[in-house]
Order: sequence, then C-alpha cells, then structure tokens
Amino acid sequence: MLAFIIRRIVQSTVVMLVVALVAFALFRYVGDPIAAMVGQETSLEDREALRTLLGLNDPFVTQFIRFVGNAIQGEFGISYRLQQPVLALILERLPATLELAFVSGLAALVFGIAAGVYTALRRDGVLSNTIMAVSLIGVSLPTFLIGILLIWVFAVELQWLPSFGRGDVVALPGGWDTGFLTSSGRKSLILPAITLGLFQMTLIMRLVRAEMLEVLRTDYIKFARARGLSNRAVHFGHALKNTLVPVITITGLQLGAIIAFAIITETVFQWPGVGALFINSVRAVDVPVMSAYLVFIALIFVVINLIVDLLYYAVDPRLRVERSAARH
Amino acid sequence: MNRRSALKPLAVTATLATTALALLMTSSMVSAETLRWARVTDALTLDPHSQNEGPTGALLHHIYETLVQRDLDGSLQPRLATEWSIHPDDPTIWIFKLREGVTFHDGSAMTAEDVVFSFERVRHENSGFRALHTAVTGATAVDDLTVHVQMAGPSPLYVQNLTNFFIMDSGWAAANDVVVPQNFAAGEENFAVRNTNGTGPYTLVSRDPEVRTVMARFENHWDAAPQVTEIIYTPIAEAATRVAALLSGEVDVVQDVPVQDIQRLDETDGIKVTTGPENRNIFFGYDVSSEKLISANVDDNPFSHAEIREAMALALDRDAIQQVVMRGQSQPSAAPLPPFVNGWTEALNAYGAPDYARAAELVSAIYPDGFSVDMHCPNDRYLNDEAICQAYVGMLGRIGITANLVSQTRSLHFPLIENWETDFYLLGWGVPTFDSAYVFDFLLHTREEGFGSYNGSRYSNAEVDAKIESLSTMTDLEARNGVIAEIWAQVAADRPLLNVHNQLLAYAMRDNINLAVHPENQPNMARVTFGN
Repeated sequence: MLAFIIRRIVQSTVVMLVVALVAFALFRYVGDPIAAMVGQETSLEDREALRTLLGLNDPFVTQFIRFVGNAIQGEFGISYRLQQPVLALILERLPATLELAFVSGLAALVFGIAAGVYTALRRDGVLSNTIMAVSLIGVSLPTFLIGILLIWVFAVELQWLPSFGRGDVVALPGGWDTGFLTSSGRKSLILPAITLGLFQMTLIMRLVRAEMLEVLRTDYIKFARARGLSNRAVHFGHALKNTLVPVITITGLQLGAIIAFAIITETVFQWPGVGALFINSVRAVDVPVMSAYLVFIALIFVVINLIVDLLYYAVDPRLRVERSAARH
Repeated sequence: MNRRSALKPLAVTATLATTALALLMTSSMVSAETLRWARVTDALTLDPHSQNEGPTGALLHHIYETLVQRDLDGSLQPRLATEWSIHPDDPTIWIFKLREGVTFHDGSAMTAEDVVFSFERVRHENSGFRALHTAVTGATAVDDLTVHVQMAGPSPLYVQNLTNFFIMDSGWAAANDVVVPQNFAAGEENFAVRNTNGTGPYTLVSRDPEVRTVMARFENHWDAAPQVTEIIYTPIAEAATRVAALLSGEVDVVQDVPVQDIQRLDETDGIKVTTGPENRNIFFGYDVSSEKLISANVDDNPFSHAEIREAMALALDRDAIQQVVMRGQSQPSAAPLPPFVNGWTEALNAYGAPDYARAAELVSAIYPDGFSVDMHCPNDRYLNDEAICQAYVGMLGRIGITANLVSQTRSLHFPLIENWETDFYLLGWGVPTFDSAYVFDFLLHTREEGFGSYNGSRYSNAEVDAKIESLSTMTDLEARNGVIAEIWAQVAADRPLLNVHNQLLAYAMRDNINLAVHPENQPNMARVTFGN
C-alpha cells in the first residue's frame, strides 16, 4: 500500500513538472508582458531595463528552473498586473470558485440522477421526451450563450436575480469569504451555478439513464420482480444502486473539470473567482499569475486522480490480489 | 422547432409583464446619493505613481488630486495649484502656487513638502510616469505654498504633463514605508497598492480588487460638495453583462459601451447615452524607408514610393468605415491628431472622396501585377479595430494591393511595432499633453535615444528632426506654433501615416444622471448632477 502511494506521488510530481514546462513554453506565444505594464511614453531603453529586471531576457531553461525553485518554496512572485503576491491573490479568489463549483456540482448530481431515473422508467412519457430534448440544449449550446440567455431572461426581463457579481459576502475565520450566508449572495449563485452545471447535469442524466436501462434488462431484476418486490424496491433498491458506481467515478473526475471550466462562466457573470483572474491575467500577459494558476489546476487534477486511484485500491479487492500475485 | 415555439410565448409574456415593473424600478432606483459605476476593467493599483494606465488614473482622480486638471474642452484648470508660471528670470524654473487650506483624508495639511516629495516619487525608477518627468532635475519648497521645479532646460509646456501627477502625503508615505512605488521584481505588496491618503473629493471606504471599490464623500474637501455622496465602482468585463446590468438597474453609469449597443440603449426608456470625441486617433503606419519589406512579394519596398502612398490614401474610404464599421461612432479625419490638440487645423483634417480608378492606375504604373504584404492589426485594443482593418483590406484589394490580415491580441501586436517587425500596421495614439510635439516625439522623429519609440513607419527626415527637437525649448509660443505648422505641412506631403478617424466615446446612464464625456476618458463623478 505504502509503496503504491509513493509510486503514485512520484508520478504525480512528474506530471506537475511537465505541466509547468508546457505552460511555461506556451507563455512565450502569449505576448510581451512589458507592453501591458508600462505607459506609451516609456522609452525603449526603460522597457529593456524592466525586461532585464524581471529576468525575461534570461534563457528559457534559466527562467523555468528559477520558477520551479521558487514554486517549491511556495514563492510565486508578484502579479505584474495587480501588484499583489500571486499566492495570496489565488487563495483570496479560491472560495468564490469552490463555492460555485460545489453548488453547481451538487445540483448537477441531484437533478441529473433524478431526471436520469425518471426518463429511464418512463421512456415514452411526454415529460421524459421534453427533458431529453431540453438536455440536448445543455450539451450543444456553448456555456457563454447559456449564461447570456439566463441573464437576459432572469436579470433584465424578469429582474428576479442579479446579472453579475457575487453579492454580499461574509468573512469566515481562515480567510474564507462565503456568499452562502447572505440573501444577495445566495441569489447571485443561482444563474452561474446553472450555467456551469448544465453540461455536467446532462452528462450525469444521460449516464444514469443508459445505465439504468441496461440494468433493468438484467436477470437479477427479473428475479427481483419474480420475488414479488414492489416497483419502488426494484427500481431504487436494486437497479439504481448498481448504476451509481460509474456515476460516482465520473462525478469525481468532473469536479476538477468544473473548477477548470469555471473560466467562461466566471467571465460572463463577473464572478470574482480564480477563472476570471486567469483570463484577465492572460489579457495582460501576467506571467506569474498564469503559471501559478496552471500549476494549481494541475495540482487539483492530480490530487483528485490520486484519491480516485486510492479508492479503487481500497474498494476493488482484485487490484490487491493481482499486485501481490505479480510480486511472486 | 418545438423548442422555439415553446419559448417564444414565454418570452413575450415575460417582456410585457415586466416592462411596467422595469419602468417603475428605474425611476425609483437612483437614490440621490449613491452612484454605481461600471466599466470594463478595474484600476490596476491605487498607488498614484505606479501604473500609467487609463482606468487606474480615472479612479485615482476621485481619491487623489493633481496640481492642474484637464477640463472637458481640453484646457488646463487649477486644482491643487492655483497659479503656475515660468520664473521671470530663469526660463528653466516652473513656479507653482498651492491652494490654501487643503487637507489629506487623514487630516494632515497639504504643503509644499508633500508636492516636492511627490515629484521625487514620480521620478523614481519604479514609477510608471517617469517618462513624463525626464526634463525635471529637482523640486524645492520655497515656502509652505510655493514650489519651484528645476528643469534641465527651458520647458514651456511641461505643465501639460502634470494632469495625471497626483500629490501624495509625505508623512503618510514615510510612516507606511511607501516612499517609492511598487518594485515588480520584489516579492511583496506595497502598502499604497490598496490603501490611500489623498486630498480628493472622495475617501476610500473599501476595496476588493476586480470586485468592488466603494468611496464616500470627503467632508473636509476644499471644493464645493459634490451631489454624489457615495460611489460604488464595479468592473464588468463582458460587454453583454455590462449592458444587462444597466438595463436591469444594477448599475447607474456604464463606460465602454459596445458600439453596436449604443443606438438600442439610447432608444430604451429610462436610459440615455452621451457621446463625445476621445483623445485618440486611429491610423495605419507602413515602413517607408527600408530597402525591402519583410512580408512583401516584390524585391523593393512599395511603401517607399510616394505614388503608392498616395494610392493607398485614395483607396481609404473613411466615410464608409464610419458608417458601416463604426456605426457613426467616429470622426473621419486625415490628420493623425485629435481636434482639440494644439497644432490641429481644418486643412490637416480635410480628406477627399476615394478614387479607386486613379489609385489603381498609380499602383499598376509601378507594379503591373500589384503586390502583396502583411497587415498587422490588434483585435482587442481599439473600437472595432479588427473590422477597420478588414474593411481596408477590401478597399486595397480594389487597387491591386493584396493585404494579408494578421490580427492578434495587443500584447503581441505592439511589440511588433516597437521592434520594427511589421511592414504595415494599425495603431491608435492619444495625446495626453494636448500638444503636437507629443505626436512628433514618439511617432515621427527618427528613432534614437529618447525619440521615436513608436515610429513604426521608420520615417526619418533630418530637417523635421531638427525642428522637432527645437520645439521642446522654444518659449515664444507663437513662433513655436509656426514650426509645428511647418512640420505638419512636411508630414502631410510625405504621408508616413495614414489616418482613419478619431474615436468617439460613449457613456450610458440612467435618464436623470448628467455626466459629460471626458476627452481622456476620465469621467469625474464629483461633477455628476441629478435631474433632467
């Protein structure tokens, strides 16, 4: 077990390094940070001096090694654009993104499973067909368009919900600002959470529906019915339970995707999270923030994968048997 | 089909049901005191000497103040300085008389010491504004309300550089360890990035960068109290969301209104749009002096021929660009100079109708098969920048010039001009000093130490250079204006730049708010009045 964990951690570290390297290589094509930092009056000599001061003239390898060296010590430098320490900046924005991801992930899971079960059981119902048709919108419309449509209907026309921002936040101990505790904060969450979660919800719904249809055809369901169990017990006690295994796996992996895809939703709704921070940083070629953000996202994916792997190891006895057999 | 027919009645009902509600809300929404202001980006920092950047300056003008300020018509008005003049015995000294009874937000009095300190700070190598103050060698406090600024040589127009020079409290700066602006290579945040102590009409209440900045009226301000008592400033990056926030009544004033939304907003009940010229010209530049171009398919440099430059001017249909691309939101002009800048004339501004037949003749006389060249264009910097380039590519196509459009983000575009890696490009230029010399220094003087950093045309004329250099020390303003006119005459004949238009600015706001467009795009909310 310990050897397995150590091996996985070593692999994860390599993945992180590769991500950092690729990210760093890409920054050379984003543009010149100096152009975004100084006014138009600045002389070419002063621009060159600033470039040297920031180490942008150093060879690629030197810059990369310096970045990795500093990152290991938790030192990500200072934002060129906002002049604040990068790590503090990301940690400050993280609660907004995590709360949004949590709410939209949870909503996607609850509504996705409910709708998936319903459409599997009532395959030809009017409501089922409507849900299936609407879910097509969820997968086919781009996120920003869904967001703008929602803003138009619920903020501009109906004026029920705010069109942008996070509302009022309450500071919790530990530097966590939460929007859950104010009514404006909760209202502000609704539209971005729907926008962000719609795709995941559709995915889960279709997955549950397909799995459910599959399971309902199996023998043990027939036996269960033959035993005279109620529909309710068959559907929820036997069928649904067995469809949930792949759903949990997918949900775990999608959580990382929700955090990463929050970029577009956050931009449309001016949601003050790390995704919006990243987009603004790309526009200004704020290299310290971009590199730290990408490493951070890689870290999230790596950690989630690590946990999933460990769960498999714990849950699936066959994995353990195969490994111990291989050792002999 | 099903989806559309199902949604349509819903949307219509929603519209009808809420129009009345929306009307009710907009009339009661604006309380007489709080103003909610949105624009595309936030200020980058609150340090008054760190970043020379538009939105940063616009916000800081509410908290900090300058010695002189730019009025809506472009003229200089007193602010913290009541009088300014060149020393009668020494043309290298500027004298500033300071306003009496000005206090900083923490209660300490503003004196000449603070102004001298601010001159030192703004000239520090970490300052983003130091290029505007290179002619200064030092500042001294003569008495509590008089400051002498020593220049390296006579600088009759230096005061024009001071409209974004904010005065900081020397005692506060020393106490908080912010005597110099942020150093980007250092790992720490400067205290002044998020904390302020200015003399301006508003004090900082709270600041959440890129989320919300709240300012409240400063009751001990020296000037008449503004009607707006509280400002809530929110950046909203997405254009559609910004407009939606105004329509839904969540903000009161929106800057950076998308060109395509102006007309629709203006027709919306309860909302009005004011427009005005911005201090910014949009023009094409091309390499006029290299032997050979980087991207052309011919062996010489087509732009070095006066006939080709004339043909390109004849092919530019400015009115079409104004009507089709800009939807009326521009002032077509032949002069690469905004109209309120010293040196602008009707004659420079005038342009003729396009003449494609004549232009095609001029091109085919030198290049019977025409030629092709890359055109570089930014796509996120000016109003409809990429669309302007596309329109001109089509016009050039009619006279035998194939322009291959390369449009990219600003941080990739501008280095091409700085590094002379583009043959043909679009650029916009504002003139913060409101004097032609600023255009000459950066765009038309031969590139050398301190000059021509944006001379992407590689224009070089020794005679013009000598005249440009003479401008900076001429104290006889009439003679100086004569030289400016001579330079413009030469430039108009040589055509190193091909101007398209001046940009217009548009602010959208609730009907009962009065706010005029500022030529530097620095709206002053202290001047907002309510009522129709």
